[in-house]
Amino acid sequence: MSKKINSLEDLRKLRAEKEKLTSPREGDNIQVIVGMGTCGIAAGARDAMLALLDEINKKNLKVNVTQTGCIGMCEKEPLIDVIVPGKSRITYGNVTADVAKNIVSQHLANGQIVQQNVVGKIEE
Amino acid sequence: MELYRGHILICSGTGCISSGANSIKDAFEQQLAEKDLAKEFKVIETGCHGFCEMGPIAIVYPEGTFYCRLEDEDVKTIVDEHLIKGRLVQDKLYNPPHSEDKIPSYKEIAFYKKQHRIALRNCGYVNPEDIDEYIVKGGYEALGKVLTELTPDQVIDDMKKSGLRGRGGGGFPTGLKWEFTSKSESDKKYMICNADEGDPGAFMDRSILEGDPHSIIEGMVIGGYATGADEGYIYIRAEYPLAINRLKTALDQAREYGMLGENILGTGFNFELHIKEGAGAFVCGEETALMHSIEGKRGMPRPRPPFPAVKGLWEKPSNINNVETFANVPVIFEKGADWFASLGTEKSKGTKVFALTGKINNTGLAEVPMGITVREIIYDIGGGITDNKKFKAVQIGGPSGGCLPENLIDLPVDYDSLIEAGAMMGSGGLVVMDEDTCMVDLARFFLNFTQDESCGKCTPCREGTKRMLEILERIVDGEGRKGDIELLEELGETIKTTSLCGLGQTAPNPVLSTLKYFRDEYEAHINDERCPAGACSALAKYVIDQDLCKKCTLCTKVCPVSAIEGKPKEVHKIDPEVCTACGVCVEKCKFDAIKKG
Repeated sequence: MSKKINSLEDLRKLRAEKEKLTSPREGDNIQVIVGMGTCGIAAGARDAMLALLDEINKKNLKVNVTQTGCIGMCEKEPLIDVIVPGKSRITYGNVTADVAKNIVSQHLANGQIVQQNVVGKIEE
Repeated sequence: MELYRGHILICSGTGCISSGANSIKDAFEQQLAEKDLAKEFKVIETGCHGFCEMGPIAIVYPEGTFYCRLEDEDVKTIVDEHLIKGRLVQDKLYNPPHSEDKIPSYKEIAFYKKQHRIALRNCGYVNPEDIDEYIVKGGYEALGKVLTELTPDQVIDDMKKSGLRGRGGGGFPTGLKWEFTSKSESDKKYMICNADEGDPGAFMDRSILEGDPHSIIEGMVIGGYATGADEGYIYIRAEYPLAINRLKTALDQAREYGMLGENILGTGFNFELHIKEGAGAFVCGEETALMHSIEGKRGMPRPRPPFPAVKGLWEKPSNINNVETFANVPVIFEKGADWFASLGTEKSKGTKVFALTGKINNTGLAEVPMGITVREIIYDIGGGITDNKKFKAVQIGGPSGGCLPENLIDLPVDYDSLIEAGAMMGSGGLVVMDEDTCMVDLARFFLNFTQDESCGKCTPCREGTKRMLEILERIVDGEGRKGDIELLEELGETIKTTSLCGLGQTAPNPVLSTLKYFRDEYEAHINDERCPAGACSALAKYVIDQDLCKKCTLCTKVCPVSAIEGKPKEVHKIDPEVCTACGVCVEKCKFDAIKKG
C-alpha cells in the first residue's frame, strides 16, 4: 500500500490519527494517578489500572496515566485521582475494574463525575 | 494502534551512545519483557538531549522524570520502583553542582530552564527514525502551507521579515540570500545544506541531524520552492556516521510519504535530495570549496564573485545554508515571521545553539535567545567552572572566533557585539577556560589546527599561518624574541585581508584576540621567560613555597635529575637550571608546597 500523502488535508488527518504516538509525553493532558503502594497493589490497583488503560485506548482519549505510592487512605484502596486541567482534583475510592471503566466513560470522556465513588475533592 | 502508559526516552545521540546508551536500552527492553510490561511502556530512542555531561540519560514520561548517568544495573531498580510502584529512584536523579538537591523533573533543571528551543525543538523528544512522530509534532505542515498558500516571492518576503541570519556563523540574512538565488535566471538551480561541521568543540549540526533529520529536509524543500531549485545536496562529513544513517532513513521515509520527489503533497512541485559524504576537511565548510567537492574535485575555494547564487554547483545558481539555519525554517512558517522576529535582539533575531565545552560543569548543547549574556550561559546554564576555579576566558566561534576575557563576561551574545569585541558567533562553539590555561598556548593550538587545514591554494594562508605558528611555537618553548608580538600582529592583519577564503581570513583571530586581551601573557613569555598560567612546560619551573615546606626531603628523593637541594630541617630549594619541570615532586609533596611559578 502506498503511504503517499497527496494533500495538506491528508497530512493533517494522518497527524490526528497518530496522536497517540507521543501523547504520553504531552504535559497538558488529563491526568489519572493510581495509588500503587503495597496496600493499593494488594487491593487490586493493577487490575484497575489495566482496565483504565484498556478503556482509554478503546475510546481513543488523550489521558496520561501515572502511579504514586500510598495515598494514606488504605481502607478505600484502590484509590485513583483524576485531574482535568482547570477543574477540581477528584479522588475515587474502591476502584474495581468496572468502576474504572465507568470513570473513563463518564468522567474522562464526558466530564461527568462518578459521584458514588468519590472520596475526596481538592478545589482548583 | 496501542496506547502506552508511559514512554521511556533513551538519549541515543553520539555522546550518550559512547557512554553506554545502547546497553541501557537493551536492559530496559529486557526488564519490561520479564515483568510483562512491554505492552504498557514503550522504549524510544531519541537524538541528543544536549546534556551530554550527564549521559547516559533516560526520561520517563508522562512524569518527565530525568534519570542520568545510568548504569545497566540501575535499569532493574527503575523498572521495579518507578514503573511498577510509582516511586522515584532518588539516586539516579540529577543533582546540580554545589547542592544537595535532587531534581526529578526534566523541565526544572537549570540547564534547561533558561533555554528556548527552536532549532532543537524535537531533539530528544521525538524518535528521529519515525516520520510519524515528526508529523504528530506538526512536521511538514509548514511545507504544506507554503506550497498551497504562498508564492515563492511571499516565502522569501516572510523569510526576510523573520530576520533569520545564517547560523553557520557568517550571519548573512537568509531571506536575502534566497532572493539572490531566486532572481538568477537558469533552467537548473540547487539547494545545498552545509553539514561539514568542523570546528573544534562544536557539535550542534550533528546533533540536529541525529535528533531531528526531517526538520532539515522540510527546511530544504521550502528553500527549494522559494528559490526555484528542484534538486538539493546535503554535504555532510563522513565521520558523522550516525547522522548519515538517520538522514538516509529520513530521506527514504520522506520519499515514501511524498514529501520529496515528484508532485510533493499533490501540489505539482518536484524536489529531490542527495547526500554527499565529505572526507572531513575543514576548508570544505567554505561554500565554494564545498561545491568543488560535490562536483568530485579537490575541495579548494575560488574567488567570489561570482557568488554561488549566480554561478554555483556545476555553474548553476546555488543556495547554501547551514544545518541550524534550515532547522529554523519550518518554525518560521508554522508560527509566523512576526513571532520569530519578536525573539532575540534588534539585529539578531531568534535563538542560537551553543556547544559548551572546556572547563565547565555542564558540557553539552544549549539553545538560548540571542542577546543572553556570556555570564548567563556559563554560570546559569553551564553550572559554572569545574573544581570551583576562576573563570579566565571563553573562546567563541571556534578557530575562526576569538577569546573574550573576564571583563567582557556580561557582553550580550549576538552577531554584532561579538564581532565588535573581536570574536564571532561562528558555529557557536564555546570553549571555556580557567586560570590554568595559557592563552599563548591556546592560540598556538587553534593556529596549529587551521595551519593543518589550510588547503594551500593561496599564499597568505599557506605560508602566513605557517610563519605565525612557528613564532608561537618559539614563544611557548621559551625562545620568544623582542619584536615577535609586533610581527604576529602584522602577519595576522595581512593574512586576514589578503586570503582567498574564510579559512585564511579568520585564521589569525585567536592570536589577535588573545594579543588584544592577554598581551601581558605574551610579554611574560618573551621578556621574563615565564608562563603565568604555569602551563608551558618549557617555561614553567617549579618553586617551593618556603612557608608551606615541612622540610621532609621527600621531594629530593624522587627528583630524577637531582635538582632539589634539601636536608631535614632545612627549607628545600629547586635549582631552575637543572629542573626539567617533570612534575614528579609535585605529586609526591604532601603539603602542596611545590607550585609552578
